[in-house]
Amino acid sequence: MHEEDVDRIDRNRRHFLTVATAVTGVVGIGLASIPFLSSLKPSARAQALGAPVEVPIGTMEPGEMLRVLWRGKLVFILRRTEEMLRRLPENLNRLKDPTSAIIEQQPDYAANATRSVNPEFLVVIGSCTHLGCAPLEDFEVRPSDNWNGGFFCPCHGSKFDLAGRVYKGVPAPSNLRIPPHRFVRDDLLLIGLHTGEA
Amino acid sequence: MSRIEAEVGKPQGGIMQWIDERFPWTETMKYHITEYYAAKNFNFWYVFGVLAMLVLVIQLVTGIFLTMNYKPSALDAFASVEYIMRDVEWGWLIRYMHSTGASFFFIVVYLHMFRAMLYGSYKKPRELVWLIGMIIFFVLMAEAFAGYLLPWGQMSYWGAQVIISLFGAIPGIGEAIVELIRGDYSISDITLNRFFALHVVVLPLALISLVLVHIVALHQVGSLNPDGIEIKEQKGPDGIPLDGIAFHPYYTTKDLVAIIIFMMAFSGVMFFAPDMGGYFLEHANYEPANLTATPEHISPVWYFTPFYAILRAVPDKLWGATMMAVAVILPVFLPWLDRSRVKSIRYRGWIYKFALTCFAISFVVLGWLGTKPPDTLYTIAARIFSAVYFAFFLLMPYYTTIDKTKPVPDRVVYHG
Amino acid sequence: MVRFGSLARLVVIAACFVTTLASAAGDGDEQMDEAFIDPDNIPSLQRGAKNFINYCSGCHSAQYVRYNTIGKHLQLSEEQLVNNLMFNAVKTFETMRAAMPAADAERWFGTPPPDMSLIARAKGADHIYNFLKGFYIDPDSPTGVDNRVLAGTSMPHVLWELQGYQKAVYSEITDENGTTYHFDGFEEVTAGMMNADEYDDFVRDTVNFLAYIAEPIRSDRRRLGKWVLIYLFVFLVIAWMLKNQVWKDVK
Repeated sequence: MHEEDVDRIDRNRRHFLTVATAVTGVVGIGLASIPFLSSLKPSARAQALGAPVEVPIGTMEPGEMLRVLWRGKLVFILRRTEEMLRRLPENLNRLKDPTSAIIEQQPDYAANATRSVNPEFLVVIGSCTHLGCAPLEDFEVRPSDNWNGGFFCPCHGSKFDLAGRVYKGVPAPSNLRIPPHRFVRDDLLLIGLHTGEA
Repeated sequence: MSRIEAEVGKPQGGIMQWIDERFPWTETMKYHITEYYAAKNFNFWYVFGVLAMLVLVIQLVTGIFLTMNYKPSALDAFASVEYIMRDVEWGWLIRYMHSTGASFFFIVVYLHMFRAMLYGSYKKPRELVWLIGMIIFFVLMAEAFAGYLLPWGQMSYWGAQVIISLFGAIPGIGEAIVELIRGDYSISDITLNRFFALHVVVLPLALISLVLVHIVALHQVGSLNPDGIEIKEQKGPDGIPLDGIAFHPYYTTKDLVAIIIFMMAFSGVMFFAPDMGGYFLEHANYEPANLTATPEHISPVWYFTPFYAILRAVPDKLWGATMMAVAVILPVFLPWLDRSRVKSIRYRGWIYKFALTCFAISFVVLGWLGTKPPDTLYTIAARIFSAVYFAFFLLMPYYTTIDKTKPVPDRVVYHG
Repeated sequence: MVRFGSLARLVVIAACFVTTLASAAGDGDEQMDEAFIDPDNIPSLQRGAKNFINYCSGCHSAQYVRYNTIGKHLQLSEEQLVNNLMFNAVKTFETMRAAMPAADAERWFGTPPPDMSLIARAKGADHIYNFLKGFYIDPDSPTGVDNRVLAGTSMPHVLWELQGYQKAVYSEITDENGTTYHFDGFEEVTAGMMNADEYDDFVRDTVNFLAYIAEPIRSDRRRLGKWVLIYLFVFLVIAWMLKNQVWKDVK
């Protein structure tokens, strides 16, 4: 063999080995980074603290609202009056997402006209979908303002109706989020576990 | 060699040129990596510098992730370590990496320092490299000591109690210094909190900066080699030392092999014996700090035990502390204690070989003695080996002068 | 490639020297029975968990250990977990608390019973194994018993129903230094529900469980360690070949 041939074979071999070493090294570093990134996830303690929350609702009067915390998030539980429910359809053409089409905003069992499992009880996360402020309740009906009662965010003026649906012309992009929840009994609500799941 | 250089050194346009006009990137890479020439005859002892850098990186990365879950308070510290070990996903791996890394840091650094003693790396013109290295060693000891308090176990607490009390031996101002270190009348939540600040901010910053300075100083004079020959004195027509090869790709590929072998040893300990029989993680440290009861047998972690044995060998508080401090500091003076005309052990006479062997044995034996309870027999042994330790340094100007040296060749010995 | 210098050899010799010294000096500890635990033996761990819940958890907590972790590692269904182990807890993610409030414990025993989460790592499995087998009758003690391994312990002999009661037998040795007592062993006074072998197994399972909760991820790390070493070995071969190829230039 000529010296040039040896040279060429060596160069090919070296190129191959360089690539093989680099690939193996990068794969190793990639695998080694998994534990570090995973360690950033909620820990077993966070998961324990974030366990489902039981809320007794047997003594709630119609029109009464409870605030509870689940995983550090504010959850509104509103027992809607018959009148509140009757007025819901009146808002439809003024809403951005009247049919709950954005599927991330609620579990499918709440993607209905009242956004609820039991139409009497609205369960929503009290965090404005604009930038996370806690909306205030404003249940008073004021026909002069075209206001059928709902929630109002003090930060940037977003408005939601009594099914947590966002109005047009406000900064919030989507309806208030509905957390996983289920009615264990008629008088006991469990937030954090889906309806119909084991 | 020329082939490789042709690939690396080709002129670059575009983005690299834009950067180089504003920041000396290519120039720095050339100076420190692709055109840094080291002797071609480096042996096994020359891998510990790069391994020390590797461990530093491991400690920094794992340390950052531990900091995200650790709580520096006397009430929560112990529980937060268990929280990391049990509740944080993969937390155990990160914590074991950090605790194993602490011990491996010292293994690597001790071998790195021993290499310098074997081949005279500290001798002129590398005195400053050695001095900076010694400062790194002192900072590393402080870093390890501060870190050891953080789990707030029995050994953390009582070990810190003993070591901090040493400063009380200083006449007159000792007590005041001890209070200044603790920030309290005993080791407490306050002490833990400030040790945390030292361990995660002050000392790591110092370590990183000093390591950079150490490398810059080394590259100014160039690395020595097992023959103790200055390769810059024999240059080819191209100005490159005849015995020199570029750090990249030759030592990058060789160091990678060393790094992988090292990682295998590291993983062996971390995955199969993270306690290392109570030497890397001490059994008593699995009990939370109890201010009312000292563990039956207390000793520092293994990497401090050689000096601890010297401390205990002296039956007087002030003198014990002084001797220990002297033992730690003495190596600083090696460049001036060593009067030999040659650098490498390969060309020294039997006296230095004998002295260095005695020193190495005494260091290891002292380390072992430091883990033992203070028994009469052990104390006598500790005194003998302490004497050997000090004699190695203090008699050095004499025995290196009379030691018969062999002629040093012009070129390094390399068998291809 | 790696050539050991003569000094490298000397360091190895020094290390050997230390090892010899260490083995010559020996260990002064009193002989203890070895526990022979096996943290990979799931049935043993399951029995140990049950023993711990039935006999220990009344007074001892394991405050860092969650029930669902045990369930996962010991291959128990949620139902088995709830019905067999969770007498002091409602939710599976809870940690193992003692049934007895710590303040009461301190009043009754003078000292709160220690938490068991890490006891096996702090004391060693053999120590606990011998401790649980080491209770003997001592009429002077408030609990009626003392312990060979931990003299003056405030823990009563909780397992007396199983082991029965035993007394310590000493022989008198008189020489020029005076009289000393040498511990010969235990002698059964009243029989328990178990014979000696059954009781040893009972204690072994319990200690095995304590060793498990001291480091629940032990088998995880060993399993992962093997894969990491295999990966590093493959990487080593490739890097070694690259190094040899590159170093062909160096004459």
